[in-house]
Amino acid sequence: MVDYSKILNKKIKEVKPSGIRKFFDIANEMEDVISLSIGEPDFQTPWHIRQAGIDSLEKGKTWYTPNRGFIKLREEISNYFLRRFNVEYDPKNEILVTVGGSEAIDAVLRCVVEEGDEVLIPQPSFVCYEPLALMADATPVIIETKMENNFKLTPQDIEEKITDRTKVLILPFPNNPTGAIMEKSDLEAIAEVVEKHNLFVLSDEIYGELTYNGKGHAAFSSIKNMKERTIVVSGFSKTYAMTGWRLGYALGPKPVIDQITKLHQFGIMSAPTTAQYAAIEALKNGDSDIENMRSQYNMRRRLLVGSFNKMGLSCFEPLGAFYVFPCIKSTGLSSEDFCTRLLKAKHVAVVPGNAFGESGEGYVRVSYSYSLAHLKEALKRIEEFLKELKEENPQS
Amino acid sequence: MNRLLALLSESTNFSTAQLAMILGEPEDYIKAQIREYEKSGIIVGYKALVNWEKVQDAGVTALIELKVTPKRETGFDEIAQRITEFEQVESVYLMAGAYDLAVYVRGETIQDVATFVSRKLSAMEGIISTATHFLLKRYKEGGILLDSQGDKQEEREGI
Repeated sequence: MVDYSKILNKKIKEVKPSGIRKFFDIANEMEDVISLSIGEPDFQTPWHIRQAGIDSLEKGKTWYTPNRGFIKLREEISNYFLRRFNVEYDPKNEILVTVGGSEAIDAVLRCVVEEGDEVLIPQPSFVCYEPLALMADATPVIIETKMENNFKLTPQDIEEKITDRTKVLILPFPNNPTGAIMEKSDLEAIAEVVEKHNLFVLSDEIYGELTYNGKGHAAFSSIKNMKERTIVVSGFSKTYAMTGWRLGYALGPKPVIDQITKLHQFGIMSAPTTAQYAAIEALKNGDSDIENMRSQYNMRRRLLVGSFNKMGLSCFEPLGAFYVFPCIKSTGLSSEDFCTRLLKAKHVAVVPGNAFGESGEGYVRVSYSYSLAHLKEALKRIEEFLKELKEENPQS
Repeated sequence: MNRLLALLSESTNFSTAQLAMILGEPEDYIKAQIREYEKSGIIVGYKALVNWEKVQDAGVTALIELKVTPKRETGFDEIAQRITEFEQVESVYLMAGAYDLAVYVRGETIQDVATFVSRKLSAMEGIISTATHFLLKRYKEGGILLDSQGDKQEEREGI
């Protein structure tokens, strides 16, 4: 008999599986479920981008690519980032093409932190940072962002958590699940603290193209003196609706990119070849696709925010990503209870806020990567659910 | 494209309050716009989109291609106008290509439609030829898939 408890690594056993998964599983077993729980674009990859992938397959281009990704792709990423966010990266030395943004996050953490180093992780945020920091031997230090600050990170929040072991700050904006963004002035304030405490920043800007304030996204590396101490992680999944192609990238100083390239070289070899061909087309001719999807998301966003506020679930205005994060405290239920009861009573699936960190308790994440018709039906059911809750509990 | 009109022409029946939220405009403005569209004839009516496939004794539909001699002053408009006046006629379009007018006709039976074409349409002045095609099955109408059960099946799997 093999004793797997002795074989398996202690740290990985302690990592909890993602809390988003649980609700998918329950929802999958029910009939007539209307889900608002999926965190990926409902759009299919635009046809011309798919076509470029198909063309490459037809020509039999089925080999590995260079470890860092095709130079042509890195040049296009460089052009794109300069064009959209005004920061220039050298395609030869400062760009690594990865298997989605997630690989880049993992690789950066493993190459930057050592045992006992502290990694600052603002929460609520995407579920991967804490487990990946733990597996990289670091100590995750959670910073709770608050609704009264529009779920933005403030310099004071950081200062309170600084110790002599603090090494890395993760900046997950535009944010999943809150939809919060950091504007240029917000980032400038963060940059001062970063410089003062000599921190290294991992800026996860995977939702960078999805902002709705009319000003566009500010890359952290565009802030004065920050490029040299920042790795920007982004990718194609959210920007061009290319989740299944598994393609992302890391942008940063040569000495760091050189090291994470080694990890990528030994652990991955190279990111998917077909996806890289498609991505070149996306970067060259896909700006109008981004515009189109953003304007669709924006209409849905306004419908959800307006409707939740009208129903009495107060909802700060999320200006990024494709999630709204309404507060459900007025119902007197915990996030988990709210989601479970809503699913059972009305067959609507949303994700409890505490799946994204304890500070998400009292909120739920609602994705608007769904059609307006789908959202309208879900809103109707949520409104009925709230009404029934009130009738059950008139004092609350 | 005009977003309000695009939303109104979808099958989802949004309230004016919802349209206002979606478009980020005051509800009063949306209401006024809709009134304006109705008044100026941009919105000509509202109707249910019926899936006739599911209705018994719903009759038959035919597409009739017409070749027509245009009139000196009025071109195709005069004859097209006259065709619209038959109650059997659902739609009339002027086409570019191999024929001039596309006419959709509904009748109770194939015989009904055949009689209409041979006695009424063909007999009109200016008609050079007709070609009648009977519609066998409807898959999509007015942008709506008719076979799917409401919302399109979710293909994304939870991760």
